[in-house]
Amino acid sequence: MGQTLSEKILSQKSGVEAKAKDIVIAPLDLVFVQDTTGPLTIKQFQESNFKSVAVPEKCAIFLDHATPSPSLELSNDHLLLRHFADETGCFISEVGEGVCHQIVAENFANPGDIIVGADSHTVTTGALAAFATGMGSSDVAIALALGKTWFRVPETFQILLTGNFPEKVGAKDLVLYLIGKIGADGANYKALEFGGETISSMSLSQRLTIANMAIEAGAKVGLFPSDEVTLTYLQSQGRGHKYKPLQPDTNATYEKIIPINVNQLEPMVALPHSVDNVAPVHQLKNTKVHQVFIGTCTNGRLEDLAIVAEILKNKKVHPKTRLLVTPASRNVLKQALKAGYIQTLIEAGAVLLPPGCAACLGLHQGVLGDEEVCLSTSNRNFKGRMGNPKAYIYLASPAIAAATALTGKITDPREIP
Amino acid sequence: MTREAILKGKAFKFGDNISTDLIIPGRYAYLRSNLPELAKHTMEDADASFTTRVRPGDFIVAGNNFGLGSSREHAPLIIKMSGIAAILAKSVARIFYRNAINQGLPALICNTDRIDDRDELEVNLAAGTIKDLTNGAQLTFGKIPPVMLAILNEGGLIPYIKKYGDFKL
Repeated sequence: MGQTLSEKILSQKSGVEAKAKDIVIAPLDLVFVQDTTGPLTIKQFQESNFKSVAVPEKCAIFLDHATPSPSLELSNDHLLLRHFADETGCFISEVGEGVCHQIVAENFANPGDIIVGADSHTVTTGALAAFATGMGSSDVAIALALGKTWFRVPETFQILLTGNFPEKVGAKDLVLYLIGKIGADGANYKALEFGGETISSMSLSQRLTIANMAIEAGAKVGLFPSDEVTLTYLQSQGRGHKYKPLQPDTNATYEKIIPINVNQLEPMVALPHSVDNVAPVHQLKNTKVHQVFIGTCTNGRLEDLAIVAEILKNKKVHPKTRLLVTPASRNVLKQALKAGYIQTLIEAGAVLLPPGCAACLGLHQGVLGDEEVCLSTSNRNFKGRMGNPKAYIYLASPAIAAATALTGKITDPREIP
Repeated sequence: MTREAILKGKAFKFGDNISTDLIIPGRYAYLRSNLPELAKHTMEDADASFTTRVRPGDFIVAGNNFGLGSSREHAPLIIKMSGIAAILAKSVARIFYRNAINQGLPALICNTDRIDDRDELEVNLAAGTIKDLTNGAQLTFGKIPPVMLAILNEGGLIPYIKKYGDFKL
């Protein structure tokens, strides 16, 4: 019987033929926590009387959500996590290295891997054909200790992409359009699997943006097949030997097929306070914006900063608007420095923040004031998300973010000369 | 199934898409290693008076997609600490569902339209039925998958693993 990507990966790893709705137990290629879910994970691990992790080289701790720490409580959480890494031999990614999902893409995820992380955006590395999914602290504590976990094999929605992206329209517009179409729970418990002629021309960075937001439709994973693009990326990261071709079977069973012709897409924006509250950018013209935030595991990569730098080159950010920029990782920051993007952004008036999650989740580095409006390239605009339930968050692409930073109002990037 | 098969309490009614940010906002992340303090902010951005009104044995009753968003297990953990005996919702977001069961907190999928805020409910976990004692409505809830029922019956994943040492599927 034909298999979807999820069925294929879970079958290969579990050693049984995994069909949608089955329950399987599978060994894990990477288990990780970050600094706001890690402390509870360690507590659960210790409460279960475990002393060591199953495979230290497959376990990782990322300090990214509250870095550098804004409070003594979070500093003490960091100490706890460092101590755990020392004791167990887990890999630890320190303050300033970047967002866990970006570093997992750069250094860990390979096609056919199974990855669980105590962070909902673990789905990001589905872009590399890894079955990567978010879980809570108890599940991840047991996964650290046993090196395996149980999965319900998800039914799959195939997103069939045709056509070419119009100018200044890209991965973020597509994924916002998709979430708007199917809803914030449209794919609850399901796998999203991307296919069709368009994907071969999509960069790995674009794929990461899309897979990252699969969770915003409730999906368990957002999977791309592996191909030349995957291979080239892995080679660039020194992991070419980890490549394996992974495609769904042509006779795989899909619960639903959703065709999207990307030719017809426009720049899209998600309005407060829900990711599926989506409209084309032209409907939001003249919405005043106090803060523009560019970065995160969704859109903080080199390609994103290149788009922003191109729009901001030799221009100035609007005087009533703050522009915050956070590269997703140290690696991205280094490349952006080399390419001159950082120079361009700073000269335009951007505030550069260290690689990490920064303003995305409302802890620090850009908490909004009452009634303030932020346009962000991140993935969530829930009420209170950026630290203030009386603020408003719009989500959009780096191109819209850069155009908006220039005008101080939500702006279609095609209108910037 | 769990310790007490018949639960009785009042409904705290919420709408659709109650995110983990509404349940426990990210701005309180610095309290995550201090659970009693963190719990003082349970449901704060959805209903600021929740923690002062909730009584042990009460229920959270919600619409679609309860618990969407972050994987923070603190969300079901502090709901349970507040005394909530079970969550009744039309649907529950995937990560939250698994986290609730792992915390030993029943999350029951049912049509909650006929339940109003503050209604008195009687939930029979073994029979899969809900009685609204205020308006007489009789409801049923969907079956919890066997693997999760086994975890719930032990009071959560940690007690389950302490007992069995491994997954027994």
